[in-house]
Amino acid sequence: MNKRMIFGVTIIAIMALTAVFAPFVATHNPLAMDLSSEARLQGPSAEHFFGTDNLGRDVFSRMVYGARISLSVGFIAVFISLGIGVFLGGLSGYYGGWIDTIVMRIVEIMYCFPTFFLIMMVITFLGPNIVNVMIVIGLTSWAGLCRLVRAEFLTLRERDFVYSARVQGVSDMRIIFRHILPNAMAPVYVSATLSVGSAILVESALSFLGLGVQIPTPSWGNILTVGKNYIDYAWWLTLSPGLAILVTVLSFNLIGEGLRDVLDPKLRERK
Amino acid sequence: MLRFIIKRLLLIIPMLIGISFIMFVIMHLAPGDPASMRYGLNPEVSESARADFSRMYDLDKPVMVQYALWMKRFLFLDFGRSLIDDRRVISKILSRLPATILLQAVSLLVIFFVAIPIGIVSAMRRNSIFDRVMTILVFAGYAMPTFWLALLLILVFGLRLQWFPISGMGPWYTAYLDGFARARDLIWHLVLPVAATAFGALAALSRYTRSSMIEAMGENYVLTARAKGLPENRVIIVHILRNALLPIVTIMGLTLPGLISGSFIFETIFAWPGMGRLGYEAIMNYDYPVVMGVGVIATFLTLLGILLSDIMYAVVDPRIRFEGKK
Repeated sequence: MNKRMIFGVTIIAIMALTAVFAPFVATHNPLAMDLSSEARLQGPSAEHFFGTDNLGRDVFSRMVYGARISLSVGFIAVFISLGIGVFLGGLSGYYGGWIDTIVMRIVEIMYCFPTFFLIMMVITFLGPNIVNVMIVIGLTSWAGLCRLVRAEFLTLRERDFVYSARVQGVSDMRIIFRHILPNAMAPVYVSATLSVGSAILVESALSFLGLGVQIPTPSWGNILTVGKNYIDYAWWLTLSPGLAILVTVLSFNLIGEGLRDVLDPKLRERK
Repeated sequence: MLRFIIKRLLLIIPMLIGISFIMFVIMHLAPGDPASMRYGLNPEVSESARADFSRMYDLDKPVMVQYALWMKRFLFLDFGRSLIDDRRVISKILSRLPATILLQAVSLLVIFFVAIPIGIVSAMRRNSIFDRVMTILVFAGYAMPTFWLALLLILVFGLRLQWFPISGMGPWYTAYLDGFARARDLIWHLVLPVAATAFGALAALSRYTRSSMIEAMGENYVLTARAKGLPENRVIIVHILRNALLPIVTIMGLTLPGLISGSFIFETIFAWPGMGRLGYEAIMNYDYPVVMGVGVIATFLTLLGILLSDIMYAVVDPRIRFEGKK
């Protein structure tokens, strides 16, 4: 583990603990409004670490609860895309032939499509809520993983241990998932870690546009929406959620890069 | 070469059909229809007026029939009429397209002319202070929520320093300015949107250039060139740069989907009167025909960009022969 990775793991651990123990970390009720003029849009202070928003809610507490949204969307979306990507990539790489052709065509379409537009459409028409956001991000982000798994399978399926398993009469599914897959996972872990970061970015952009987590439930993205409306008077509303997103995504990327160095020295960049 | 281009152009057709079908089905699976979006809360609108509205836009027919009708009109580049203002979708899009293309093209130019030199210098002075600072910036660039960057740009350069305008393409009196003043004004308005749009790809491309350069530097032909006693400048420009920049051409195609995806966010933030904002508004208003139109055009532009970068790749690298591929 290098220094960067340790930094990443530390930050994510803190974020995860914050998310899990949100009720204990938060200093105020994130939904409690105070519409008196002296409580609204206050700058950072000892009472309100990150100030208050337009409805007098404590931004720090909203951020703490927002960590739950970002992390859970990140992880669950990536689990979904992992499931699809590994399954299709495995089948495609192992069997080749028409399965491969079809899967690769779909992957190509996913690559060429301005995915964000598709995500926006699906979310709007199927209803903006956190479950839909997770599912849609997962459904639109598996193409890269699928390619990766396929490439691994293409080389692994010719290896002796696969032949010997086949000679012993092991079923195809068992060969794919018990024999080949474990050997193909190293780059998948790396790519999945990096995907968590990008899923968090997409979620925050959606929430920012009003298409993700709906108010009053706090998320980093929708705090920024309020920040945008009051950008001229309340910079703290814009600064803190953005920084939180940046640091969280950065940490996931650092962990991903670190994992790459640990798991696969061949991929390490020449220094 | 020509055969390859034609083949690829033909491949765009099934892709467009597939993608338009997916979009169409998603839209119509959704609960909530345009008629009730439009008249839902209005007790003055009778049931029959509502039915008329649905019939006028074919909304009363089954999804498959609607798709077939849409496809038939699409063949003649007719996307129907907007449900909101009844203007023709194609003219709505065409009136917004130049703004989007301008923003994207300028961003692409900026990405290339900034990222490549950064990558080259980083590679040549590896582990220098410049390289380290750039590495940090690149990491930040990968992790940056770019819509937040846009907000920061607005906050700092637009509102606090008042250097650049924060929305639109120009003031209302643009039409009355002479050519030069108009161009200056437009460039003024482009600065912040371009900065926000270009940032993400800038980081990725400069990183890519750097590693591509480093790889080329280690090749044997570079060693040979140096051994021949060629001047260092010539080694760098002719031998290293040329080979290192080849793969970068393909990256152009890959940045396009991201740029177009970004246009939906940035045009909304900067009130840029382009296609992205049109698409966002259409989605928000359940304006089916406009959503379909924007989706198809955005996809088409992306596919075209990818095709162009493939062709450029073949042109700059004579080793690539598409005929014998596979």
